[in-house]
Amino acid sequence: MLRFLLIRLCRAALTVALVVTFAFVVLRMSGDPALIIMSVDAPPEAIAAFRKAWGLDDPIWLQYLRYFSAIGQGELGQSMRDGRPAMQLVLERIPATLALTLPALALKLGIGIPAGIYAALHRDSLMDRIVMVTAVAGFTVPSFVLGLVLVLVFSVQLGWLPSGGQESWRHAILPVLTLGIGGAAVLARFTRSAMLEVLGQSYIRTASAKGVPWSRVVRGHALPNAAVPTVTVVGFMVGSLIAGAVVVESVFSWPGVGRLLVVAVANRDLAVVQCILLLVAMTMVSANLIVDLLYGLLDPRLRSGAKAGAH
Amino acid sequence: MADVTVTAVPAIDAAKPKPKQRIPFLVWCGLVWIAFIIIVALFADWLTPYRFTAYDLRNRLALPFHPLHWLGTDELGRDVLSRLIISVRISLLVAFGATIISAVLGTLMGFLAAHFRGIVEQVVLMLADFQAAMPFLILALSVLAFFGNALPLFIGLMGLYGWERYARIARGLAISAGAQGYAGAVRQIGAAPARVYLKHILPNIASTLIVSMTLTFPEVILLESGLSFLGLGVQPPMTSLGNMVGYGREYLTRAPWIMLAPAFTIVLTTLAVSLVGDWLRDKLDPTLR
Repeated sequence: MLRFLLIRLCRAALTVALVVTFAFVVLRMSGDPALIIMSVDAPPEAIAAFRKAWGLDDPIWLQYLRYFSAIGQGELGQSMRDGRPAMQLVLERIPATLALTLPALALKLGIGIPAGIYAALHRDSLMDRIVMVTAVAGFTVPSFVLGLVLVLVFSVQLGWLPSGGQESWRHAILPVLTLGIGGAAVLARFTRSAMLEVLGQSYIRTASAKGVPWSRVVRGHALPNAAVPTVTVVGFMVGSLIAGAVVVESVFSWPGVGRLLVVAVANRDLAVVQCILLLVAMTMVSANLIVDLLYGLLDPRLRSGAKAGAH
Repeated sequence: MADVTVTAVPAIDAAKPKPKQRIPFLVWCGLVWIAFIIIVALFADWLTPYRFTAYDLRNRLALPFHPLHWLGTDELGRDVLSRLIISVRISLLVAFGATIISAVLGTLMGFLAAHFRGIVEQVVLMLADFQAAMPFLILALSVLAFFGNALPLFIGLMGLYGWERYARIARGLAISAGAQGYAGAVRQIGAAPARVYLKHILPNIASTLIVSMTLTFPEVILLESGLSFLGLGVQPPMTSLGNMVGYGREYLTRAPWIMLAPAFTIVLTTLAVSLVGDWLRDKLDPTLR
């Protein structure tokens, strides 16, 4: 188990290092940051001063090392537009995003998993058909279309709910629904296929053949085994709590991290973009680590570490 | 040799009698819609009633079923149908281009990993893990922030979406094919590795890769339309389906048809490709999930 954990920790650190390198390479390949930030007709002295201040005249490997150590110390630079620390700008936005993504996650889990299990247990029933059709629709309807259609129905036609902004909890209903419905559909489809695969295994047949009541077969044998692949998808959803609402926040003008990212990309505010990129990488990596720990709990075969690579 | 193959073929056929299955109705609908959309994209220039940038200032915000503008016009009097047709062309171009780039890149990486093993394989697998672990939308947004969004660059960026799936499939299948007789035989004759992989192994794993492409295609359409919706993908005056939805959103209360027409097109197209993809997967390759 310790070996298994260590391997996973190393891989997590490697992923974060890769993201940092990615940000550095992309930043340097895109051209001279000095010319991007300052306008082309800026005086040469101003450009030279900027290059000196940001250390752009040093050799590339030195810049890379400095970049790495700065990020290691939590220095992610300042927003090039308003001069405030990028980290602070991003952290301010996190509560707003979580106010959407956490209820949405609860909605996904609360609807998606039971619906998937039910559909698998009652295969080819009317309910199964309904779940599957909804699941396919939930996958093919992009979130911005779903969001806009909800606005069209509930805000424009019926006038029940506000269409954008963040003044009260009522403003959160439509974005949470938009996020939750799509995710629930994906999760239901996934849970159903995981369950169906487990139900087709021989140990299920053995258990019911030796006279174990069906409800116990499901609870004791089918559900724990189907949980293993489902946990992966849920882990991905947990990992995208911070940045999983980029499009939906834009649809509903919700001032969260996603909205900040879109504005920063449009303005080419590189420090903010890179800060969000790193934050997302950290969240994803932590979620993956938790998933790996859960694997160890759910699947004793993985604890030895022998099959650590085979998931 | 010839005798062996001649007798072997009927034997295999007899062992696996394939009942002739009818194509399900929904899959038929999907195929018809895909054919329709491709024809629209190919013949866009002949099909558009107006130039997609042409103004008709007398008929601004015309309702759908207007005698001159079947799907209405936007607030500058531009014909929604014409814009929709051009958008279909651009969105399909991006999605096709990206899917092909991603499949070629992924397959190549998979073959390289399978051929060299060792450190090359570890690097490819590490990159694949990295790609799978990060939400692609965030990576794409950061690249767009740094490089800006010219159309060829945008297609190239979308082409990075999903390469790791092809790489994993190609690597796994190429390794197992390398252990089979036919690849070994060709190698014994003295064929170069490139020939073994491209002329012998690739045709054998093509069906799996094609299924994978069909399943990834709708995701690429959704990704492109999402980015264009945010105003960070295809840029005006060019138009794409997501771009049209993003633009039509401003007129949601007064002219919802500007937004609804491209939205329905996106949904129907992704739905059609998904239905066909699921069917193809069940048909050709049940092992792929």
